[in-house]
Amino acid sequence: MNNPQLDTDGRLRHLLSIEGLPKKILNQILDTAESFLGVAEREVKKVPLLRGKTVCNLFFENSTRTRTTFEIAAKRLSADVISLNVNTSSQSKGETILDTVDNLIAMHADMFVVRHSQSGAAHFIAKHVPNHIHVINAGDGRHSHPTQGLLDMFTIRKYKPDLHNLRVAIVGDVLHSRVARSEIHALTTLGVPEVRVIAPKTLLPTHVEKLGVHVFHDMKAGLKDVDVVMMLRLQNERMNGAMLPSSQEYFKTYGLTQEKLSLAKPDAIVLHPGPMNRGVEIDSSVADGAQSVILPQVTYGIAIRMAVMAMLAGGQGGQA
Amino acid sequence: MKILIKNGRVIDPKNNIDSKLDVFIAAGKIVGLGKSPDSFVANQTIDASGLIVCPGLVDLSTRLREPGNEYKATLESELQAAVAGGVTSLACQPDTNPVLDEPGLVEMLKHRTKQLNLARVYPLGALTRQLQGKELAEMGALREAGCVGYSQANIAITDTQVLWRAMEYATTFGFTLFLHAEEPFLAKGGVAHDGEVASRLGLKGIPSAAEALALASILRIAKETGARVHISRLSTADGVDMIRNAKKQGVNISCDVSANQLHLTEHDIAYFDANCHLKPPLRTQRDKESLSAGLQDGTVDAICSDHTPVDDDAKLAPFAEAELGATGLELLLALTLKWAQQEKLAMSHAIACISSASARILGIPAGDLSVNADADICIFDANEYWKVEPKALKSQGKNTPFSGLEIAGKVKVTLVHGQVVYQSE
Repeated sequence: MNNPQLDTDGRLRHLLSIEGLPKKILNQILDTAESFLGVAEREVKKVPLLRGKTVCNLFFENSTRTRTTFEIAAKRLSADVISLNVNTSSQSKGETILDTVDNLIAMHADMFVVRHSQSGAAHFIAKHVPNHIHVINAGDGRHSHPTQGLLDMFTIRKYKPDLHNLRVAIVGDVLHSRVARSEIHALTTLGVPEVRVIAPKTLLPTHVEKLGVHVFHDMKAGLKDVDVVMMLRLQNERMNGAMLPSSQEYFKTYGLTQEKLSLAKPDAIVLHPGPMNRGVEIDSSVADGAQSVILPQVTYGIAIRMAVMAMLAGGQGGQA
Repeated sequence: MKILIKNGRVIDPKNNIDSKLDVFIAAGKIVGLGKSPDSFVANQTIDASGLIVCPGLVDLSTRLREPGNEYKATLESELQAAVAGGVTSLACQPDTNPVLDEPGLVEMLKHRTKQLNLARVYPLGALTRQLQGKELAEMGALREAGCVGYSQANIAITDTQVLWRAMEYATTFGFTLFLHAEEPFLAKGGVAHDGEVASRLGLKGIPSAAEALALASILRIAKETGARVHISRLSTADGVDMIRNAKKQGVNISCDVSANQLHLTEHDIAYFDANCHLKPPLRTQRDKESLSAGLQDGTVDAICSDHTPVDDDAKLAPFAEAELGATGLELLLALTLKWAQQEKLAMSHAIACISSASARILGIPAGDLSVNADADICIFDANEYWKVEPKALKSQGKNTPFSGLEIAGKVKVTLVHGQVVYQSE
């Protein structure tokens, strides 16, 4: 089975999921991002790597933060950026995903940043675009959100450089989370020896242990002596599908408070992909506390997205 | 018209025949096997040297898409596909638009398929009106119009009282119910087997328990009412065990498995291959092995194609939004032979699963080469390999997970009622 993300020489052609990417490429992205961190501190926050290229943000599902950071990243690389919010309801009236994509290709888009509510949407688009077009998955259903996974790794590496010596806990709604799946694949690929997931059984996928994680249902046991706590967002609609009784009960059992955090290592860091539900999955005192690295995550997210775009379209290894 | 099929290896599982015999056909019927009837002079001779001559295949589950979905497939395209696959009799599901719950619709379908003069079509009527699982369809009238059984297609009857009465009523008249076992609440929104692959890909799963739960209700009610029930497209190891036990207890039950399930597992979805979006979902290696073992010990009675042609556009979407189904009529023989070869089974066993066994379940006069039987015959080369190329398929549905596969078993000639209805180039 050919990996649809890599070209025949093993170079990155699309970024669709962390799964299936070799450690070397993950590290290459992280290292490239490092070099882009400084750009934001310059007076002229731009480099000309993507000058003359057109990046199209194609969002079939609403998002403000992710779309904005992709926009900023593309603009700092001097690309022309179009952002489209394709309302799924108007889509169901006629135009298919491929119609939309084909029209934008006819307008000479070079790269698509895609978000869609269905797992596999980015793979689907990548399968149908011509060779010179690159696709970045900005989140597909429950499947994958690779740039989020990468920016989380970048953040962890900043604070805990020795990844081979870490214990990491991912807490919350793993079942519905593309972020969790991307984090798990990134952590295991980069050699983090112990990855834990902590959640009630209703919020864990079947056979989650086969992804290479240790399963905990008790927050206290799961947080014990961890170096990194990665919180997940809990959608309000989970209360409707009999997944959970109430957000209050969830907060009591799985919400991250200072008290629960004190079971982790004293220098443990706390990540969250945003947007946060304060008082549901995380207490404000933790979100704004000394161990929180949630705002640096956002800053690093731009560097990661610049790195990915630059590697895809900006002539890595002599590509056009 | 008199036809002689000579020098072929005749395999007729029902009559325990597997030997080199000539077949003599006159006026649409088989008039002799091995020895020529008196004063038989053939108008046409088919040389079947090196080929296998077997009963025309009988398919237990197909969708022909007419009426209502002609953009997906037409009777003509799909019946051409049937005879190209050696299938001479087939049962079709009632989930057309409108639903096959009115005798008039069934008569029209029978009439149109008869005019086409290709494979024989045996409609399964809707068990309940509009397949809604609430009121019984007019089973008696549907029977008179030509239905051989009653089906809910993929739609479950959630009200167990309705299911109970449907079975009681059907039993009164000796009708067979064709049911697909999937508990709809547990399966809600699911698009793949609830296991390792769906978890990894972030696809909503259909647990194996959805089949077991539905089966538990169906088997229990069948036992209580004595109804004759056929389970269409079994998919799990637990399901096989449950059927095995029910048969031991004397429940009047039979079941089939789709050829897809004998060759594919959840892992074939790979990177969201929409051709693997099927109902029932592709399950695990263990399930696949149990289904195969069930076929070998007689728990599972037959193999169907689950022929479900879908138009290209409907498949061009992310996995969950891509319409489910795959074309199958032209692959049934080759996939069944491949399974038998992998399991080192006799050719006659394989052929029985797609001819005599299926005919027995449908209660139709087909699936054997007895003297005086209608001459519905499939002549194929078991050793000729061909490549599955969607564009070359006769079916209007080009969607198949087996695209590109090199597979043995090529149909050479198909006869229905003593007439050649298909001949390969």
